[in-house]
Amino acid sequence: MSETTDQKISGVEIELAEVTKRYAGQKTPAVDGFSMTIPAGETIVFVGPSGCGKTTTMKMINRLIEPTSGQITIGGESALKIDPDQLRRRIGYAIQQAGLFPHLTVAQNIAVVPGLLGWDKKKVRDRVVEMLDLVGLDEEFAGRFPRQLSGGQQQRVGVARALAADPPVLLMDEPFGAVDPITRGNLQDELLRLQAELRKTIVFVTHDFDEAVKLGDRIAVLGNQSKILQYDTPEAILANPADDTVAGFVGAGASLKQLTLMRVRDVELKTDLVTVSTEDTPADVRQKLTNARKTYALVLDRRNRPLRWLHVRELASAGSLATVGRPVGDTVSVQSTLQDALEAILTEGGNAAVTGGRGEYVGTIDIRTVTDTIQQVREEHENDHENSAGGAG
Amino acid sequence: MATDTAFSTSSGSKRTERIRLLVQPAVVVIGVAATLLWAFSRDLDDIEKNNINAESLLTDTWDHLKVSFVVIVLVVVIAVPLGVVLTRSWAKIAAPFFLAIATIGQAAPAIGVLVLFFLWSGWEGLWAAALPIALYSLLPVLRNTIVGLQQVDRTLVEAARGVGMSSPTVLFRIELPLAVPLILAGLRTSLVLAVGTATLAAFVNGGGLGLLIDAGYKLNRITILVVGAVLAMGLALLVDWLGAVAERFLRPRGLR
Repeated sequence: MSETTDQKISGVEIELAEVTKRYAGQKTPAVDGFSMTIPAGETIVFVGPSGCGKTTTMKMINRLIEPTSGQITIGGESALKIDPDQLRRRIGYAIQQAGLFPHLTVAQNIAVVPGLLGWDKKKVRDRVVEMLDLVGLDEEFAGRFPRQLSGGQQQRVGVARALAADPPVLLMDEPFGAVDPITRGNLQDELLRLQAELRKTIVFVTHDFDEAVKLGDRIAVLGNQSKILQYDTPEAILANPADDTVAGFVGAGASLKQLTLMRVRDVELKTDLVTVSTEDTPADVRQKLTNARKTYALVLDRRNRPLRWLHVRELASAGSLATVGRPVGDTVSVQSTLQDALEAILTEGGNAAVTGGRGEYVGTIDIRTVTDTIQQVREEHENDHENSAGGAG
Repeated sequence: MATDTAFSTSSGSKRTERIRLLVQPAVVVIGVAATLLWAFSRDLDDIEKNNINAESLLTDTWDHLKVSFVVIVLVVVIAVPLGVVLTRSWAKIAAPFFLAIATIGQAAPAIGVLVLFFLWSGWEGLWAAALPIALYSLLPVLRNTIVGLQQVDRTLVEAARGVGMSSPTVLFRIELPLAVPLILAGLRTSLVLAVGTATLAAFVNGGGLGLLIDAGYKLNRITILVVGAVLAMGLALLVDWLGAVAERFLRPRGLR
């Protein structure tokens, strides 16, 4: 998504070429000729129905499952030529329900891979503290056992363990599948924050398309036998699904999902609204509204923060602007997604006030801005499949 | 000897278990002390004096413990590695075979196994007693080692492989520690079996408290019989208590 080149990318490229997994006694292969290039430092999400082979495909990258044929290259090195145990110590691995070892403390769990790599004790200890901090856990958790943690905390430790030896590649197998929706949302935000900082190459498996949209730089929608139905950015898949199967997987509300991908700062705000301060007199306001030919004004406080909506009718009975008008219910910040903005627009009735970093008023956004933006994205991706067959544009 | 206790990690509720931990040794100490007081305060004839004196009681108890100890070492040395091997994917197929042998060993009367082994080998003494008794009390540890390793969550094993542990490392750092509670429960049952059946060592010249029971019966001396029986029971209960204590304190701290 964001192509900022000045950030340090710690991930490496992964290339899978014609990777096939055939189990003895089964007619059809579980994974059939899977080829994909995963760019360094990006989060790729494999999404698809249960049993489509997405987990099998992922496990072939760290050779928990040995491919029957094909080539896997990680950072220019053939993964099939490295000792599997050595290979796995260089690839972070996080799974559903964290997979923490119940008889080891949090610190011992995080220290597993550094220990296997033979780091000295002091370095391991420092790293544990650093990792706990990275995933937002207090140092006091170090001595606890997994069963003493909540599901979300366990999952954080799972991520810390996966990242402990600073691997360039991270494999995540439905890591947030077993926690409640609120915790899952927090963990997803956390992962986005971590990834912005670390820029690992992450392969993330999920069956939740919304999760894929939220986390992925690119999404690979997989069908049976891990066939790649579409491999593209979330925007492109939402705007123009490659076929009916993908469209079915995207589900209803593709446009609404599109809104979660865009932020208020990316769209043009309206600034023609009349704003007044609490110190203005009703007469001043009436004059301003007449000049601008508007019936509404927004009252701002001394620090320019939105306070109340004021209709011209309400001016007649008002002595000062200190109390008159309807309080502003919902504002959106420039950081908010367009989905949040739409919610605010609907509750506020027509348009919503947008605030900047310190809560100051910067403009308004209305329903028209939102619909125009969606239209624009659709047009951009309209011709995607004519030039390339579902390739990464 | 109920085999079903061999396969549960905790018998009864936690509270009754705690009470038992305190009460059981007290009952044993009081019971043994009362029996000994009663025996020594009686008017003993020469035959009784010959058997019931501090020196021979200590020797018999010591011999009994020696047999039990050798048995339990044999059981651990044989059953735990065997259980580990029989849960590896390449040897799984042999598991029913060895379990069958162990089950037969336990199902057959201990005295039968002992006598047959004696007739077959012609040995006498400690080893002649310890080997057949070990076969007799092998099953709980073997079965619990197998079950304990099998019940380790497969996703944990895969997670361990996934972070780069080799398979021996997974066995020693993940699988065995997680199987420890069940192995200890099996060991406790085996211990009780071993101490109980060690009374039969007397028949193959292995000594032990069985000597008292045997002598008391053959010479028709109730006092000797009672002292021998009470000591054997007390020892078994004490060993069971030690097993319970071990279960409590040796299980990995992270597990409940």
